Amino acid sequence: MELQKFTYDNKLSRMFLYATVLWGFVGMLVGLIIATELIFPHLSGGISWLSFGRLRPLHTNAVIFAFVGNGMFTGIYYSTPRLLKTLMFSELLGKIHFWGWQLIIVSAALTLPLGITVGKEYAELEWPIDIAIALVWVVFGLNLIMTMVKRRVQHIYVAIWFYIATFVTVAVLHIVNSISIPVSLLKSYPVYAGIQDALVQWWYGHNAVAFFLTTPYLGLMYYFIPKAANRPVYSYKLSIIHFWALIFLYIWAGPHHLLYSSLPDWAQALGVVFSVMLIAPSWGGMINGLLTLRGAWDKVRVDPVLKMFVVGVTAYGMSTFEGPMLSLKSVNALSHFTDWTIAHVHIGALGWNGMITFGMIYWLVPRLFNTKLKSVKMANAHFWLATTGMLFFAVPLYFAGFTQSLMWKEFTADGYLKYPNFIETVVQILPMYYLRVVGGTLYLTGVVLLVVNVINTVKAGKFVETEEDSAPALHPHGVDKGHRLIEGKPVLFTILALVAILIGGIVEFVPMFMVKNNVPTIASVQPYTPLELEGRDIYVREGCYVCHSQMVRPFRSEVERYGDYTKAGETVYDHPFQFGSKRTGPDLAREGVKTGKIYKPDSWHYNHFENPQKMVAQSIMPPYPSLLSNTLNTGSTAKKIRVMQTLGVPYPEGYSDKAVEDLKKQAHGIAQGLRDGGIDVTDDKEVIALIAYIQRLGTDIHKNQ
Amino acid sequence: MKIVTKTMEGIADIELYPIIGLIIFFIMFVALLYVVAQLTKGQVEEFSHLPLDNENDQNNETMIQ
Repeated sequence: MELQKFTYDNKLSRMFLYATVLWGFVGMLVGLIIATELIFPHLSGGISWLSFGRLRPLHTNAVIFAFVGNGMFTGIYYSTPRLLKTLMFSELLGKIHFWGWQLIIVSAALTLPLGITVGKEYAELEWPIDIAIALVWVVFGLNLIMTMVKRRVQHIYVAIWFYIATFVTVAVLHIVNSISIPVSLLKSYPVYAGIQDALVQWWYGHNAVAFFLTTPYLGLMYYFIPKAANRPVYSYKLSIIHFWALIFLYIWAGPHHLLYSSLPDWAQALGVVFSVMLIAPSWGGMINGLLTLRGAWDKVRVDPVLKMFVVGVTAYGMSTFEGPMLSLKSVNALSHFTDWTIAHVHIGALGWNGMITFGMIYWLVPRLFNTKLKSVKMANAHFWLATTGMLFFAVPLYFAGFTQSLMWKEFTADGYLKYPNFIETVVQILPMYYLRVVGGTLYLTGVVLLVVNVINTVKAGKFVETEEDSAPALHPHGVDKGHRLIEGKPVLFTILALVAILIGGIVEFVPMFMVKNNVPTIASVQPYTPLELEGRDIYVREGCYVCHSQMVRPFRSEVERYGDYTKAGETVYDHPFQFGSKRTGPDLAREGVKTGKIYKPDSWHYNHFENPQKMVAQSIMPPYPSLLSNTLNTGSTAKKIRVMQTLGVPYPEGYSDKAVEDLKKQAHGIAQGLRDGGIDVTDDKEVIALIAYIQRLGTDIHKNQ
Repeated sequence: MKIVTKTMEGIADIELYPIIGLIIFFIMFVALLYVVAQLTKGQVEEFSHLPLDNENDQNNETMIQ
C-alpha cells in the first residue's frame, strides 16, 4: 500500500504548554495567598478585591480551567495527530481555541476579584464569558472530531475516546448550568432556584471533576504512560470497559454533594448508589495505568517522568476510593462542610492532575526542543517537593476535618453542645492551617523548579516545529462489527457517548422539575424585599458562600446550634441558591431568626463587618470596611425585580416602579436604628442592604409564631 | 423503591421505570462485555501499540542520562 507523507505541527502543543506552566504557577500562588489569609485575616488589608471570598473562586477557576485546561489541551494537540496519523484538521481553529481560551482566563482573572460572579461554585463567570467559553469549546470539539474524520488509521485509540467524552459532556454541563437571564452586561440571575438550582449546580460541579479533571487526564494517562515506559497499556480490553462504565456511571453521582440537604431522598439515594459503583471503573483505570509499568519498575527508580506518573495515578486511586466513601451518608454526615473535602480535592488536584501534568511536561519539553532535559536532578527535586508538599497539605486538613466535625457534634452529659461557640472549633484547628501553608509552599517551590528547568531546556534546544511521519491512506476494509463499527464512525461514537451521559442527567432532573411535591411550597415564604435582594447580591459578590453555608442539616447537633433544619420550600426564590459547601465560619441559614440560637442585632453585624476581630477576638474573617463606605447602587434595582418576575418570583404587577421607594424606606429604618445606637451611618450604604439580607435569613417559616 | 414510587406516584406506570432502567443498564454492560470479548488477540495487540509506532520516535531515552 502506498505510504503518504505528512507532518505533525508542534506549535500548538508548545503554546498550550507554556500557558499551562504560567497559569499553573499563578493559580497555585493565589491558592497559597488565600491559605495564608486564613491564618492572617488582616493580610488583605481590607481591600475588597484581595479578600478570601473573591480570590478563592479565582484560585479554583485558575487551577481547574487555566492550569488543568491548558494541560489537557497540550496533551490533546500532541497526541491526537500522532494517534490518528494525520495533521490536526485546522491549525487556524487550534489558534482560535488557544487565544480564545487565554482571553477567557484573563477575563476571569479580572472579573472574579472585582466581585463579578454568578455565585455558583466553579461556574462563577458571568454570562458574556460563559458564551465565549461555549463558542471556544465548540471550536475545540469541531477540530477534534474533524481530525478523527480525516484520520489514516482504522481504529481510534482509547485516549481519544476520553477526549471526545470530555468535549461532549463539558459542553452539555456548561450550557445547562449556565442558563441565566441578564440584568446587565455583568450581572445575571440563574433560571433555576433553590434546591433545583443546587441539583443542577452539583450535577455540573461533580461532573466538572469527572469530565474536566478526570476523563481528559485518563486520555493523557493512556497515551503518555505507554510512551514514557515504552510499552503498551496493560490491558486494552480493560480500557474499553473502563471508558464506557466510567462515563455511564459518573454522570449520576452529583447529588452526593447534597446529602442531608433538603434535596428529596430518592435523588440523594441515587447519587450514593452510583458513587459507590464508580469505584469499579475508577480503580480499573488506575490498575490499568499502574500495571502498564510492569517490567519497567527499574526505570521508575531513575526517571522523574515515570515517578510523577506513578504518584499521579496512585493519587487518582486514593481520591476515587475516598470519593465513594465520602458519598456514604454516614461518612458524609461527618465530612461535609469541613476541611476533609478540601484535603480530598487537593489529593486529586495536586496529586492526580498536578503530577500527570508535570510528568507530561518533563517528557514533552525535551522532545519538542530536540534536546535532553537540562537537569534531571532538579526534576527529581521537584518530584519530592511535590509529593511531600501534597502530604503536608492534605494530612493536616484531614485532621482538621475530623476534629472540627467531632467538636461540632459533641454534647455534654447534660445534653448541651460542648462547644456552643463556633470560634472554639476554629481556634482548635488553626495549627493545621499553618501546616497547610507549609505544604503549599513546598508544592509551589517545586513548580518554580519546573519553570526554571523548562526555561533552561528550551534555551538549550532548538524548537522542532514539524515532525515528519508516513502512513497508508485509510481504506475501510470489509464489514465492521461490534465496537469497531461504533468507533470507526466518529460522529456515531460522539452521539452514543452523548446519549450515555444524558440518561443520568435526565432521570434526575425531570422528576425534580416536573413533580410538584418534590419541592413542597410553604405559604409564609415570600420574595425578598428590594433592599434584601440588593443585600443578597452583595453577599454573592463578596463570595460569602465560600465560607458560610446556608443549609442546616437535620441533625440534633445542628438544630441545637443553628435552629430548625432547612426545608426545600424555603429556597424557592433563591436565584442562585447559596447552600455553600464549606463552613469555615458558622452556618447562616437561620441567622435572622430573632428568637433563634445565633441571632445578633444590626449593630453587631455593622461592627463585625467593619472589623470582625472587634466582636470575636479570634475570628479569622477578613474586615470589610468598604461595605461601610460604598454607596448602594440602586440603578438596576427595578430591572432586577423585573428579571426576578420573569423567573417566576411573584412580585406584584408593576412592583418594579416602586421598588426603589420601598428600598429606601426599609434602609432608613435599619440605618435609623443604628444611628440610635450611636453608629454614624447614612441610609444609602451597602452594609445596610447586607444587614437587611442577613436579618431576613431563615425567618420566613417563623413568621406565624 | 418505596421512596421513589411515593414521591412520583403522579406519573402513570411509574413502577415500570426503575425496571426499564435496570434492564437498560444490564443490557448495556452485557453488550459491552460481549463486544470486548469478541476482540481478537491480534486486534488488541494492534490497538494497544498505536501510541508506540511513530517511526520517528527520536530520543526515547532522553530522560535517562
